[in-house]
Amino acid sequence: MTRPGKYRWALIIAALALLEAACRLGFFSRQTIIAPTAMAAGAWQALGSAEMRGHILITLASVAQSIILAVVVGFAIGAALYCLPRLRRTLDPFLASYYAVPTFVFYPVFIVLFGLNRWPLVAIGFVFAVMAVIINTLDGLSRVPRGVRRAAKVMKLTPVQHLFFVMLPAAAPWLFTGAKFAVVYSFVGVIAGEFVLSGAGLGHAIAFAYNSFDNTAMYGLMLLLFLIVGGINMQLWTWEQRLYARRG
Amino acid sequence: MNTPSVQLCLREVTRVFPAVDQQKSLHALGPVDLDLRRGEFFSIVGPSGCGKSTLLDLIAGLARPTAGTITFEGRPVAGEVPDGIGVVFQEDASFPWLNVYDNAAFALRRAGMAEKDIRERVDPMLSIIGLQAFAGAYPAQLSGGMRQRLCIARTLVTRPRLLLLDEPFGALDQQTRLLMGDELLNLWRQTGATVFLITHSLDEATLLSDRIGVMSARPGIFIDLVDTAWPRERDSRIVSDPAFGRVTGRIWEMLRGQSLRALAEGR
Amino acid sequence: MPGAVDVDQAVSAVRREGPRGWSALTDTVLLIVAALMLWQAATMLIGHEVLTSPLATARRLSAIMADADFPAHAWETGRAFGTALIIALAGGLTVGIALGAHRLSGQVAEPILVALYSIPKITLYPVILLLFGLGISAKIAFGVIHGIIPVTIFTMNGVRNINGVYFRAARAMRLSGMQTASNIILPAALPEIVSGFRLGFSLTLLGTLIGEMFASQRGIGYMLVKAMEMNDVATVMALALLLIVLATTASAVLLVIDRRLRQSMVAQLGD
Repeated sequence: MTRPGKYRWALIIAALALLEAACRLGFFSRQTIIAPTAMAAGAWQALGSAEMRGHILITLASVAQSIILAVVVGFAIGAALYCLPRLRRTLDPFLASYYAVPTFVFYPVFIVLFGLNRWPLVAIGFVFAVMAVIINTLDGLSRVPRGVRRAAKVMKLTPVQHLFFVMLPAAAPWLFTGAKFAVVYSFVGVIAGEFVLSGAGLGHAIAFAYNSFDNTAMYGLMLLLFLIVGGINMQLWTWEQRLYARRG
Repeated sequence: MNTPSVQLCLREVTRVFPAVDQQKSLHALGPVDLDLRRGEFFSIVGPSGCGKSTLLDLIAGLARPTAGTITFEGRPVAGEVPDGIGVVFQEDASFPWLNVYDNAAFALRRAGMAEKDIRERVDPMLSIIGLQAFAGAYPAQLSGGMRQRLCIARTLVTRPRLLLLDEPFGALDQQTRLLMGDELLNLWRQTGATVFLITHSLDEATLLSDRIGVMSARPGIFIDLVDTAWPRERDSRIVSDPAFGRVTGRIWEMLRGQSLRALAEGR
Repeated sequence: MPGAVDVDQAVSAVRREGPRGWSALTDTVLLIVAALMLWQAATMLIGHEVLTSPLATARRLSAIMADADFPAHAWETGRAFGTALIIALAGGLTVGIALGAHRLSGQVAEPILVALYSIPKITLYPVILLLFGLGISAKIAFGVIHGIIPVTIFTMNGVRNINGVYFRAARAMRLSGMQTASNIILPAALPEIVSGFRLGFSLTLLGTLIGEMFASQRGIGYMLVKAMEMNDVATVMALALLLIVLATTASAVLLVIDRRLRQSMVAQLGD
């Protein structure tokens, strides 16, 4: 393991040990926060429950739908905006302000549009994630080095060749970043929606546990969520390292 | 002039960058007249900012002249890159996501050439240019000079009839430059292409070229066209020829004043 | 590298940016008009009980803002947001510079930071509520945890991407740590830092609002969640409109600052 890696693990383990000790020794009330080992127990319990597994799976399904939609639509819109620089310049101030609005306030609107099913949640995840994909797609395309673009021009490629063989590979690291954001933000959107107004899913389960003062279940589920998202991100990070290690 | 031996013809070519916002309009180049003969090795030297790179862009069809005409092989050049022209840019244009071999093969693959034919062209080119051992490496693992050589190889495998080079050896040290100059002369002789080279090195221009165009400070116009009358079978050892010093001296005489002017203008 | 400043890009972007000033203003106006027309069309399609029309929304917003209670709500939100913003920006800046300048710390911390950034912060809401109770400190905490991490990450990347030559020059000039930070690191990494601030601004605002939705009896977030519960679509949209206008204005201001900084940087480096 690398030297920073060793320090990192040491840091994390030390922090967890500290928290464990603090909880066991009573520095924190059990109503506020429970020891990491108790969280792990709660997570294990949740995994053992068929009902909980059902909640988790239903959340994952909605998240997956949101990710796919956000990536496809986001790439397309990002590429389109790249080809329309005037529109892009005008939109620029609005792009950054997009994330200031809690978009899940529109959840009721989505319910009316899509009905009382999972689609409003997918819609929230999509709305939250798509902008990050657009921004990163735009960023990546505009950072293609000038030399690369000029060389491609001189090679007299067709527009399709120019897009698929030059622009996309050149922008690939940023597109990957956009995809990573799509994963995280889809989770955030779907689970936030489930928190607020839903009868199913991981977010609902956590909110239910919170309202029932069931800290063990709540922290256990939160730990599970953290592990799921963390695990997915780590896998994405590993793929990213492998794919782009040679690019420098 | 439309004799078949004249491959590139520039008449009163001018480039003015229009005013944008606070910046005034910029008269960058011209009017420039030039006839390039087929198979000739032509260099341009001039002070910074005189418009050399702009001229290259215009010839390549990457930009339009504000006034004047450019004709390549009898057809006008206007806003589109003509067939048969290859360009090596000053900046790094290697594709970071492809290895050396794939970079060199890129244009040929896009043109639909068979893999076997591609290999027959790319392998010899890579060994001439000295990158054969690095065929599987990625540009990020190469030095700046090696990346530039890769760009040259990538352009040359398409067998352009007119090769435009914008300070291609800028990243290299003097000795490597001289050796690369020899290689360029070899390739020039082998392919029979016309070469149009931009350089700030007087030695390089004198050593490599049949003719040298000396440019004034901005807006750049040709203040002299010098014939070197070198034999075609030349290499870097020509630096010891007494005529070498005379040509270089003549160029510097004209260029010195122009360079001082450019320096004074804060370029 | 995502986030790094490419001077070539800056130069060509500045050159290619085309006519600004009046033309940019008319473009923005055109865009807003087009958006309003789309909105109106959507209202007519979906029905105005579900999606309030632009005009009705504007009327509701002016009614809300004219209401006697509104200044108190706005002040409450502003207070929490302002505090959270200062903490997020100052904290993110300090930590980001420290991590960017000290190689090993940065390497150790980066995956942790990225992981924290990736956690849906909503998972931490119950924890924050339990730790801070219901009240303004919970709101501030929400705001800070949303905003501080992107500021830190962007700053760290900006500092990391500073040309090593500058640091060597600083040592040759025998500058102290503080002098190096303020005279070299800050100006050199400024474009990245400003990008981080722009994102941090929006996210801190979002965090504060969400905090108010869950943890408060006052403030704009509270007004929002009450309207949601009562299915008062007009109020929800009016408040959303207010937030959009605020955030867009702030973002536009920061964007102008960002452009000015890039232009002056480009001018200094020559073309």
